[in-house]
Amino acid sequence: MNLSSPRTAGSAAKHVPHPDRAENFYMLGSMGLASPIGLGLALARPERRVVVFDGDGNLLMTLGTLAMIGDLRPPNFLHIVFDNEVYGSTGAQRSATATVSLDALALAAGYPDVRRAVTANELDAAIDALLSAPGPAFLLIKVDASANGTAPRVPYEPDALARRVRAALEIA
Amino acid sequence: MNRSATFIEMLREAGFDFFTGVPDSTFQPLLAEFSSRPDLGYVTAVSENVAVGIATGSYLGGRRPVVFMQNSGLALAMNALGSLAAIYRIPMLLVIGWRGHDGSDSPEHALLGAATTALLDALRLPFFVPDAESLVSDVARAAQTLDTQPGRARSSAGREWCADAPLRRHRRRVVEAQR
Repeated sequence: MNLSSPRTAGSAAKHVPHPDRAENFYMLGSMGLASPIGLGLALARPERRVVVFDGDGNLLMTLGTLAMIGDLRPPNFLHIVFDNEVYGSTGAQRSATATVSLDALALAAGYPDVRRAVTANELDAAIDALLSAPGPAFLLIKVDASANGTAPRVPYEPDALARRVRAALEIA
Repeated sequence: MNRSATFIEMLREAGFDFFTGVPDSTFQPLLAEFSSRPDLGYVTAVSENVAVGIATGSYLGGRRPVVFMQNSGLALAMNALGSLAAIYRIPMLLVIGWRGHDGSDSPEHALLGAATTALLDALRLPFFVPDAESLVSDVARAAQTLDTQPGRARSSAGREWCADAPLRRHRRRVVEAQR
């Protein structure tokens, strides 16, 4: 299993603890583009599994990408959205997902496998299932906005990060 | 071979192997050619900033992308180009249909048509405005620029080269991309 993970500029996705690895692509700016970057990578490298860690505010910026993924159906694409219902990195302003269900939107867009996790047990079960089946798949994780804290800056220069990802994917 | 097929072949010979973009009426014959050639894998994007994101992902995966858009979409893609492609040094060729280039287009193209080269300059993107004679050499030079100065975003702005329309001006700028 190989994961390449565009991560979003937003707050919720930044707080997911996961070990650094050369295949990880961390986003600094360009809010909203995690899923397009992941889609481009998934289309370019169909033999690798791509996991996108998105946030509710980020996904709301580029909702049209859901339709592209539902239409193109890349089987190596796993879309995980951390939904804290606020714009966490700018002071916890309310987002539309307080009332709008992103998983319902993903289902309507044509993702063949859409799940929602609220508890840790639901999350474990969903991850196990989604990593053992072809996609594209969508996992909405409802998280508590009060869990927002501070996260360190990405410790790499952006161009070095792009080179590192390409090297890890064995591109000359 | 029609002109659109010739242009696509020109891009492929220059090493470009991933094609995405947002439909623009300027590129109708070209998009029809892509539609008839599913092997080329052209990806229709929902917006130009999304197209730049997709192109970025394809580059991370080892491809050499081209993004087709209208100049109004360049305005929409400014953040993706400035805060993603530029700082991560993601090379990509932008092929931009230039509506409103001579001030005679419909009203919605007037202001952005006049501002198009200023937008490219603001992003520090070198660009070419090819005419029928310079198109081959401009594509070659754009590809060579990407090769010799890896990681700098490049842009090629043209108009109706595949629709037999007259092409007007030719300019070239090479400026270092923003860090």
